[in-house]
Amino acid sequence: MQKTLMILALFLSSLVAAESAIEPRSFNSEVQETRYRALIGELRCTVCQNEPLESSNAPLAADLREQVYVQIMDGRSDFEIRQYMRDRYGDFVLYNPPLAGHTMILWFGPIVLLLIGLITGAVMIRRRRRMLADQQKA
Amino acid sequence: MTRMLLPLGVFVALVVLLLAGLQTADQRQVIDSPLIGKPVPDFSLPSLHDEQRSIALADLLGQPFVINVWGSWCPSCRVEHPLITRMGREIDVPLVGLNWKDEREDALRWLTQFGDAWDFHLFDNPGNFGIDLGVYGAPETFLVDHTGTIRHKHIGPVTAQSYDDLLDRIRKLKTEAGS
Repeated sequence: MQKTLMILALFLSSLVAAESAIEPRSFNSEVQETRYRALIGELRCTVCQNEPLESSNAPLAADLREQVYVQIMDGRSDFEIRQYMRDRYGDFVLYNPPLAGHTMILWFGPIVLLLIGLITGAVMIRRRRRMLADQQKA
Repeated sequence: MTRMLLPLGVFVALVVLLLAGLQTADQRQVIDSPLIGKPVPDFSLPSLHDEQRSIALADLLGQPFVINVWGSWCPSCRVEHPLITRMGREIDVPLVGLNWKDEREDALRWLTQFGDAWDFHLFDNPGNFGIDLGVYGAPETFLVDHTGTIRHKHIGPVTAQSYDDLLDRIRKLKTEAGS
């Protein structure tokens, strides 16, 4: 019984911890709320760097969430809000980096690597098949 | 033989790549500011020492100046404090403190305790000017030229090594302003 209670308490406290980063907000429409959630999910917390604004407990992240909220309520577009963050913190705040000269490797590198792998695989399979065919002939 | 060399080559290349990654790990923590080369965002903020007095960007233009972002809550600010004190002595351009996201009382107590080498302090409790400057971790130090353009940003505590570099840059801005 005691054990169950303890597990339950732990579980509940973990919920509190997970939710603590998010301030209660009221929106005029569901669209605004969805946009808010999406934006704080795709903007990086510059203090902790591996967390989006959404889940960060850093005071600066709270301020930036506030900025996102205020600007949404002011009727600013997603593009304008992203630009606001980029002007101050650079492309680094975007979890989706823009497609540009210096980000080519990032965007196309994996595809190139995959292609190299596929071609290598195809060449090897073909070579082995030919070898087998030669052996059967002999 | 070539069969053995290929995987070995790939392995060596991977080791080199990962080693290079480890070497530059510290630098990657530092985010390049998009504000270098751009004008300082306009501001008008209350003075930390005198609530009634407000200081605006226009009051500073015409000479190079240094903005040092700090807070009494920031342990690294205490680490760099001796060097900031030295900077206050050694440079002849305004050394402006930006007291960021702090409480007035705490900040004033901190200054009394450790010493106040700055020319004056801006008080930015809501932290909006800090956000406009792209501050993400105090302490940060900005060098601004006489036209109000941000020329350099140092992130994190000023160290013995970075101190000389900063002073060199400040002297250069000073000569630029004079000519």
